Amino acid sequence: MSAPAPIYLDHAATTPMRAVARRAMLPWLSGVHGNPSGAHHQARAARRALDDARDQLAALLGCGPGDLVFTAGGTEADNLAVSGVAAVRAGRPVVCSAVEHHAVLEPVLHLGGVVAPVERSGQVDVAWLERELPADAALVSVMAANNEVGVCNDLPAVVEAVQRRTAGRAVVHTDAVAAFPWIDVREQVADVGLLSISAHKFGGPQGVGLLMVRPGIELRALLLGGGQERGRRSGTQNVAGIVAMAAAAQELAEHRPVAPGAGAAQRDRFVRMVRDGLDGVHETVPSGAPRVAGTAHLCFEGVVSEELLFLLDRAGVCASAASSCASGAIQLSHVLAAMGVSPALGAGAVRFTLGWTTTDEELDRAADAVVAAVHRLRRARPCG
Amino acid sequence: MVAMSGGVDSSVTAALCVDAGHEVVGVTLKLWGGHADRGCCSVADVDDARRVADQLGIDHHVFNYAAEFERHVVQPYLDAHREARTPNPCIECNRHIKFSLLHERAIALGFDAVATGHHARIVRRGDGVRRVARGVDPAKDQSYVLYMLDEVVLATTLLPVGAMTKHDVRRIAAERGLRTAAKADSQDVCFIAGRPGTAREVFLGERIALRPAAVLDAAGREVGAVDALELVTVGQRKGLGLAGGADPRYVLDVDPRRAVITVGERDALAAPTVVLEQWAPSTRPVQGGVLAQCSAHGDAHPGRLVGTTLYWDRPQRRVAPGQSVVFYDPAAPDEVLGGAIAGRAVPSPGEGAQPTGS
Repeated sequence: MSAPAPIYLDHAATTPMRAVARRAMLPWLSGVHGNPSGAHHQARAARRALDDARDQLAALLGCGPGDLVFTAGGTEADNLAVSGVAAVRAGRPVVCSAVEHHAVLEPVLHLGGVVAPVERSGQVDVAWLERELPADAALVSVMAANNEVGVCNDLPAVVEAVQRRTAGRAVVHTDAVAAFPWIDVREQVADVGLLSISAHKFGGPQGVGLLMVRPGIELRALLLGGGQERGRRSGTQNVAGIVAMAAAAQELAEHRPVAPGAGAAQRDRFVRMVRDGLDGVHETVPSGAPRVAGTAHLCFEGVVSEELLFLLDRAGVCASAASSCASGAIQLSHVLAAMGVSPALGAGAVRFTLGWTTTDEELDRAADAVVAAVHRLRRARPCG
Repeated sequence: MVAMSGGVDSSVTAALCVDAGHEVVGVTLKLWGGHADRGCCSVADVDDARRVADQLGIDHHVFNYAAEFERHVVQPYLDAHREARTPNPCIECNRHIKFSLLHERAIALGFDAVATGHHARIVRRGDGVRRVARGVDPAKDQSYVLYMLDEVVLATTLLPVGAMTKHDVRRIAAERGLRTAAKADSQDVCFIAGRPGTAREVFLGERIALRPAAVLDAAGREVGAVDALELVTVGQRKGLGLAGGADPRYVLDVDPRRAVITVGERDALAAPTVVLEQWAPSTRPVQGGVLAQCSAHGDAHPGRLVGTTLYWDRPQRRVAPGQSVVFYDPAAPDEVLGGAIAGRAVPSPGEGAQPTGS
């Protein structure tokens, strides 16, 4: 018996590198290449590559090249946004939505911040922002799209509510790590002050990201040293990673819709196949709420997600349940809890995330594997 | 499926299962602890289990039973201390988690058996009945904590290191270059990490109200006092605030309702009977002559089970309520017949013969 070809449906965790990204980084991984902060011709060549990447990414984000701070990934960008802004606005609260990635939630909690509730859809409660948001808030962080369930926030509405409530004194940060691979966010974030993205979510390498900081927003650096990135992030830039991130973003931009939720035919077909084969399958995000096109977050009645994922893994299908903790164990996610998903239903939650390499044929086989695995578990545990 | 804790016994268990030609998957249970990397189920232990699995060329998964562990092991542990009982959380973990939830899951996922690194054996008698039996290494024998396993579970359980000494287990691990070969044995209560001596007090103090209690002698005279009745165990001699000089005195009874601890001399500690509850496995009631063992590494003494009472052939040191009493077969002294949990064996002085509840 030969093992079937593996099917990767965990692109929101990390997605394969694009060939253009790999090609772009190779020259910076071999032979002599200078430190972009240096003065000689090798250093100037590295600096030029870095500046080209910065220009390219700024255009794709609708900002100036000087507004970008390169970081070692999305988590660092989120931390820099929250803690960096809080440090220069000392004494004023930081706020984030209850379904933020831990990279935002943890620094906000660490700073004694405020967590804003979300609707059943997972979208931040804009009415709460209008009525309950602390009027002296320093920063409000609301993600463009949720990494687990894929729901998109209406960022212009969020910005409007925050600015009205705080008389324009708060700055809005958006974690666009999960949104950027699926949506051209430029229009959405036109009035957002800070934005994070991470290269490995859209075909760049792991360990590279950036924080966009609009002009006039002051930020205290987390890393002190040589003063790179205009003093906002010291440390020699990861030239290979940054040029690869720019190349991946450029290729991505040629295929990506503008409207949240657009381009979801492949995902919807997969969900339909699973639901045709099984009873008791619920989409976690209620219909009507915009979602990124790649995420199918399903709750299977009478199934424990750990067991389903185990069988899927044995069948060659890679998926995940919420975000994993350090040990690899699965816990009921804070996102589902905040959305009011019942623990019984949430226990059977699985996230399938499509990516730029996903084919219809893979989805056909994955849907068959899901149906077979759920049938098997329900047979083994007739009482659920 | 091999339950891999990240220790040497379960590492070698996995290796032996691979050697035996089984298709093996290693699983580590996440039972306790959030982000903190200490005590059991730490990231370091999961790392060890995963790297051993890598060395053996088998898949490794982590299953999260933290909520179930809290419900079935930690909360009952706290409740028992509140009621001045002496719980054994390892037994409850085996009863409710490892040989129940994990075992059911393994079967549901299509595995034929679950192997663990316990030092005990499973013997099959002439009539086909399977029993837990003592491990080959008397110093490491864990049959005491496995008394609740029933026939159905035993038929699908493997305990390969029970057939060898700890020395041999470590030698096999070292020969194969397993990174856990020289790892220290795990501590008694896995979810209580910290300095020996004070860790349990700190753990309980953070979770339940600790109450002071008077220490009385058999005549009802106050002879000492303690800060925390919940930390006192029947049979205990030290830490009772007693004046020196006299013959050593032992705790005979802890009464949480009256906040009174009764002490007496060594002779008074002996009791003729143990009243038992929560018999297991329920599929195999035991009556008549047995060898009964009252702690993980204590000696087994002869007695007779009549109804819910164990009558010792000769009086034995009284058993702290909450402790498991495990019955071995007098005709085959290594083999476990079953077990139960000690209730309050002797009424408290001044309390009359009133039976105590659960």
